[in-house]
Amino acid sequence: MRRTTSRIVPTAVALAASLAFAAPALAADNGKFRIGVVTFLSGGAAGPFGVPSLNGAKVLVDALNEGKLPAPYNLKGINGVEIETVIVDENGGATKQVEEFRNLAERHKVDAVIGYISSGDCLAIAPVAEELKMPTVFFDCGTSRLFEENKAPTYVFRTGLDAAIDNIGAARYLVDSGRKLDSVASIQQNYAWGHDSWADFSAAIQQLKPGVKVATEQLPKLFQGQYGAEISAISVSRPDVIHSSFWGGDMEALVLQGAARGLFDKRAAVLTCGESALDRFKGQAPNGLILGARGPFGAFAPQNPLSDWFRTAYRGKNEIEPTYPAFKMAQAILGLKAAVEKTGAKPGTIPAKEAVAKSFKGLNFESVSGTVQMARAGGHQALQGIAYGEYSFDAKSGKATLANVRHYSGECVTPPDGTTAAAWIKAGFPGAQCK
Amino acid sequence: MLRLDKTETWLLAATVILLTAGFLLPSWLTFILTLAFAKALVVQGVVIQMRAGLVSFGQGLFFCIGGYAVGMGGAFLDVHDVFALIGLGVAVAVGVAAIIGLLMTRYRDIFFAMLSLALSMILFGVIVKNPTLGSTDGFNVHAPTLLGWAPQGQEQKLAIFVLTVLIAGGLALALNRYMKSGLGGVNEAIKENEIRVEFLGLSPRWILYANYLFAAGISAVGGALTALATGHVDPEMAFWTTSGEFVFIALLGGTTHVAAPFVAAVLFALVRTYALELAPHSWQMILGFVLLAIIIFLPKGLWSLVAGKRRAAA
Repeated sequence: MRRTTSRIVPTAVALAASLAFAAPALAADNGKFRIGVVTFLSGGAAGPFGVPSLNGAKVLVDALNEGKLPAPYNLKGINGVEIETVIVDENGGATKQVEEFRNLAERHKVDAVIGYISSGDCLAIAPVAEELKMPTVFFDCGTSRLFEENKAPTYVFRTGLDAAIDNIGAARYLVDSGRKLDSVASIQQNYAWGHDSWADFSAAIQQLKPGVKVATEQLPKLFQGQYGAEISAISVSRPDVIHSSFWGGDMEALVLQGAARGLFDKRAAVLTCGESALDRFKGQAPNGLILGARGPFGAFAPQNPLSDWFRTAYRGKNEIEPTYPAFKMAQAILGLKAAVEKTGAKPGTIPAKEAVAKSFKGLNFESVSGTVQMARAGGHQALQGIAYGEYSFDAKSGKATLANVRHYSGECVTPPDGTTAAAWIKAGFPGAQCK
Repeated sequence: MLRLDKTETWLLAATVILLTAGFLLPSWLTFILTLAFAKALVVQGVVIQMRAGLVSFGQGLFFCIGGYAVGMGGAFLDVHDVFALIGLGVAVAVGVAAIIGLLMTRYRDIFFAMLSLALSMILFGVIVKNPTLGSTDGFNVHAPTLLGWAPQGQEQKLAIFVLTVLIAGGLALALNRYMKSGLGGVNEAIKENEIRVEFLGLSPRWILYANYLFAAGISAVGGALTALATGHVDPEMAFWTTSGEFVFIALLGGTTHVAAPFVAAVLFALVRTYALELAPHSWQMILGFVLLAIIIFLPKGLWSLVAGKRRAAA
């Protein structure tokens, strides 16, 4: 047999090539405040979440660089330093995201990272962010395990809310709105998000209205798209209420297919992520469908100078209303800006990462969704309320709005530090303050 | 004394150079290399079987077992030693392979490919349905120790890089011996004509069975090293797209030389990370075109560049 070979030539070539590529990136310390923005740009979560959030980031960063935001954010860029973004696609799994996070920190030398929609990615990134001492703001992922497993965070912050809050809020809304509530049907995507959402919701509704029966539990696979069989199963089980944590295309498909078959005619249905399609339903969703936005975001955001400005600026660039992912991204960027500027570093300079993390901890800042307190997980998790409302479409104007909106304060729906969401629900929400 | 052939000398030299490079290269690059070499070990598992004519579209099964052994060993069994964890992964993977291998080796061609894919998707399904294992979100791997030494941060990543290079180097030497041995040659014969091999008095089935076990073990090592490096495991490791990537890298490198999967895995990782940087919205397209170009212009894989030159010179 002929002995061909060497391994060294190609290896050397590959190494040399990578070093050549690496050089310019290492040299680009240009004095700008560099933020890594990680969100889905491809795959199923790109349309409903990734792209709106990136559009939100672009609108906000451009306006910040021009100094166009209303007070208290009228200082140009971040602390007077122009912002530069490095955009990364979140698609491809946790292992690849860890690799790309290290690239952001070490090759691109970013000053902070904002991003992550997938809970799996957040769980994988959190320890790496701590290891690399990189201020990291999770804007969307909802897993309760984030701070249950990383008990003493220093550099990791979450300005979005825990998914348990979506479901506690949904349960409270259903009970408080005085609907008939003897049985509940569940339809969730068959993965961690769906399992966790249903576990939290079913526990919470049992606490608030003991004796509620579970009519049926449907777990179609993620991105299945056709829900004929599941809709039949739910219709036959005759529940009073349907709960679903479906998101994106799956959620829209369920609504369209369910509406066509009268699934929502005689009963209430609550969609915890429904708001992201508020303007996309265009009257095809039934009026009275209960929608959530995973916090006081999107159509649920209160009117204040910041949210008015954001809506106008976003519409100006993208020709549609900003949905909740865009609001959540804006909130993360504003939080970072507020934290950096609170360090007291001279305007025009970038403070050390330790100082940013220190000033972010326990921070109170104004956001497009009202005032945000970083008041959970030892000052690393935002504490905010949640709102639910009913879809209401006006055929004349062609505009969808929300009716019968109820807001719940953060203290009402958020577990205190030191207890897990599941344990808190099970204990009957001790210490919850609801008005 | 053990005599080294030319390939082995080169392999040893490359291992030494990479070890030195680990201390000089920026840490993001050593991290990419760690993952690429770990992945290349799984690809070696695919290549071993490919040389005998079997394409495994489910090597992710053993990759995932290796990764989860590391994660679960730390979380549930309180085992933190790197060598014990890798050993655990290999033991479980080979154990599983010993059972399902009895079934697998009865199938050839597309039937083998589909059955291997199905088995890895079963593991994926089992993990997804299991909330104690974190379902699709996976869970974090506890900080590992090396024979009682518990490195932190940068040191830990470097230690895992060194470990990966040493293991990869060692396994590459062993694989090279196997490929050039008589038994290694029989693999090609099985691919060409199984019946003839049987008439020569050898049992193709048991040779394939041995290959299957070895591929499972080496894939588990790859999975364990990946889990140790990233610090997180999720069921994506057993998903069919992950297995597809291994087959892809195998084809990219070619099956003729033991070093080819390593080179292909490194190239794949670098092309992917730079494509992502250049075009965050359409990086898959760049990756696709590069891979398409390689398939069209180098149908025998990247290694045909090196092998072709040698032949021309000879």
